[in-house]
Amino acid sequence: MTTTTEQLSATTLLRFATAGSVDDGKSTLVGRLLHDSKSVLTDQLEAVEHASRNRGQETPDLALLTDGLRAEREQGITIDVAYRYFATARRRFILADTPGHVQYTRNMVTGASTAELAVVLVDARNGVVEQTRRHAAVAALLRVPHVVLAVNKMDLVGYEETVFAKIAEEFTAYASGLGVPEITAIPISALAGDNVVDPSSNMDWYGGPTVLEHLETVPVSHDLTACPARFPVQYVIRPQTAEHPDYRGYAGQIASGVLRVGEAVTVLPSGRTSVIEGIDSLGESVDIAWAPQSVTLRLADDIDISRGDLIAPSASAPATTQDVEATVCHVADQPLAVGARVLIKHTTRTVKAIVKEIPSRLTLDDLSQHPNPGQLVANDIGRVVVRTAEPLALDAYADSRRTGSFLLIDPADGTTLAAGMAGEAFAGHTEPAAPDASGASDDDGWDF
Amino acid sequence: MTTTVAHVHGGTDAPYALSHLDSLESEAVHIFREVAGEFEKPVILFSGGKDSIVMLHLALKAFAPAPVPFTLLHVDTGHNFPEVLEYRDRTVARHGLRLHVASVQEYIDAGKLRERPDGTRNPLQTVPLTEAIQRLKFDAVFGGGRRDEEKARAKERVFSLRDEFSQWDPRRQRPELWQLYNGRHAPGEHVRVFPLSNWTELDVWQYIAREGIELPQIYFAHEREVFLRNGMWLTAGEWGGPKEDETPETRLIRYRTVGDMSCTGAVDSDATTLDAVITEIAASRLTERGATRADDKMSEAAMEDRKREGYF
Repeated sequence: MTTTTEQLSATTLLRFATAGSVDDGKSTLVGRLLHDSKSVLTDQLEAVEHASRNRGQETPDLALLTDGLRAEREQGITIDVAYRYFATARRRFILADTPGHVQYTRNMVTGASTAELAVVLVDARNGVVEQTRRHAAVAALLRVPHVVLAVNKMDLVGYEETVFAKIAEEFTAYASGLGVPEITAIPISALAGDNVVDPSSNMDWYGGPTVLEHLETVPVSHDLTACPARFPVQYVIRPQTAEHPDYRGYAGQIASGVLRVGEAVTVLPSGRTSVIEGIDSLGESVDIAWAPQSVTLRLADDIDISRGDLIAPSASAPATTQDVEATVCHVADQPLAVGARVLIKHTTRTVKAIVKEIPSRLTLDDLSQHPNPGQLVANDIGRVVVRTAEPLALDAYADSRRTGSFLLIDPADGTTLAAGMAGEAFAGHTEPAAPDASGASDDDGWDF
Repeated sequence: MTTTVAHVHGGTDAPYALSHLDSLESEAVHIFREVAGEFEKPVILFSGGKDSIVMLHLALKAFAPAPVPFTLLHVDTGHNFPEVLEYRDRTVARHGLRLHVASVQEYIDAGKLRERPDGTRNPLQTVPLTEAIQRLKFDAVFGGGRRDEEKARAKERVFSLRDEFSQWDPRRQRPELWQLYNGRHAPGEHVRVFPLSNWTELDVWQYIAREGIELPQIYFAHEREVFLRNGMWLTAGEWGGPKEDETPETRLIRYRTVGDMSCTGAVDSDATTLDAVITEIAASRLTERGATRADDKMSEAAMEDRKREGYF
């Protein structure tokens, strides 16, 4: 391997999402970020210039870089989340470019679910508005570790420090109250290019990083490895060949934590115990592995384990429960009502479930709770209580985005109904945690 | 300790960080295993091109030491590079895999498809592909498509539900949350699966270099007789080129993509090694498809329109 290859592959990967309403200049920011970091290639730019000319526009419309669908270009809107890829010498980026209009809650939830950083855009002339609070609340709910407040259109407020400082202070107070752990405010003009990639000479009073500098240097979250280990079993590997007559490995991606050979483990929900005899990391034997590596575990005892089981260190195994209390974001067009029979997909396990209660619907604008709404419709966020047909080894979403998240699925047509997050809604709030029920079911008479 | 740990630590400051290639590899392997765990009859689309070669390599690693639990499907346009077909057959034999071939030429010979006036067969692949999926009852079909390739592909999900006509409706895609892929589908429907969604062309080449994966030789610089059509260097062949006003000349070229000969252009290059190719790609100011694919230039939404009909 040469130096070139090593240097190029040594960089880390940051997944981030953008949030902003239609007129905040999100497309311009994304276009500017791609353009100024030299991530737009000649043929893409030519295509945009060509399309802009066909529409009678004098300057290339950078939004056309990101609006990929026929209907989007025809209507000048963004329909759905798109993923963009760019790289600098220091880092690779995957940008979830989420549209800022009507359906934005579910779109932002989609983009933020895998993001380690969210950029919330604000128009400097308008300051913190309802939309800004909703974006902050979604980032807080999804537990995105880093939030950037990009105060845009600073050129239209005379690059005034006081305007920026007031907005930054108001937003930081609000988002901190929701439990957002890290907030960085940056004054920018996406149109003029101030503080997006290059530092602005128009705002000498600002001593912080540009948007790109911050994206390049923000620590990529490693808290996954500080949590107790969780290993959802995806697939059992049994070659049964002459070369490997007795090989029996449990394949999966480590959801959190670190696993070591020799560690005592418990398999859930059965509760059987064993010891990790070997870890195969994609064909090669290792002593230690950590999230989010995809590996194969071999255990000392031949016990019954299949897809959907969870392997965890015996010292820190999660409790199992059939009563899930969670916050859900409803993402489907058909409503979710109390009494609905659904499927719950948690890690690699899919089980039947019933919606027992919808205690409240959250109004994102002021975070007020609307009690017992009866049902949730598209883009609603609410608390639900779900009873599952089989026990789940569920963590609180606050502890693990991977083992605390789940989908609710319509068993009739397979539609993804809702995105669920177990446990408390916001880090800043104190709500009772989901009860840890015993595995015993008191309602065995279901007829699905 | 093994090389895995050595390259994981390279260039990162945290003890438990993953390099970006390891992150992408781990994610792709997770996707392969999800499909193996949840579907009855998956298939990998395998053309002998670099993306499908990387897919197969990842699948081999995902299930080692057991064999890959999928068969392969090649949609043969009849205008393939002979080196690529030779590579395809050799790879299939080496790993003891089963290959299905859906042939565009057979459809043309049977009168079920008509040759296009421009001689391009790429758009003709859709019918043999979708009919093979229905006939052989595949419920999950792996494709090597990457979101960085094209703006319509940037909108594609990792698990992409297709109806019984294989159609893609970008407005009716399921939201894709966390790493929880929803593959539920009705009988007759299937799911297209893209494990390389988050990879870029450079990632693919760096991974090929790191893993020491063999490729067909047309990916490396070689002298070849080509002619210019619509700004692209095409290889002469029985498919309809060069025409009278097109002059063949011998140039030092290589291919960035491998597809139907009638619409896959070569680029001028002296890159004969993987490192030279990586250096060239890193410095290139043209996207892979922009540089080498005639069929994407047909209209602003060419890829989207083909995808809606069932193309990858």
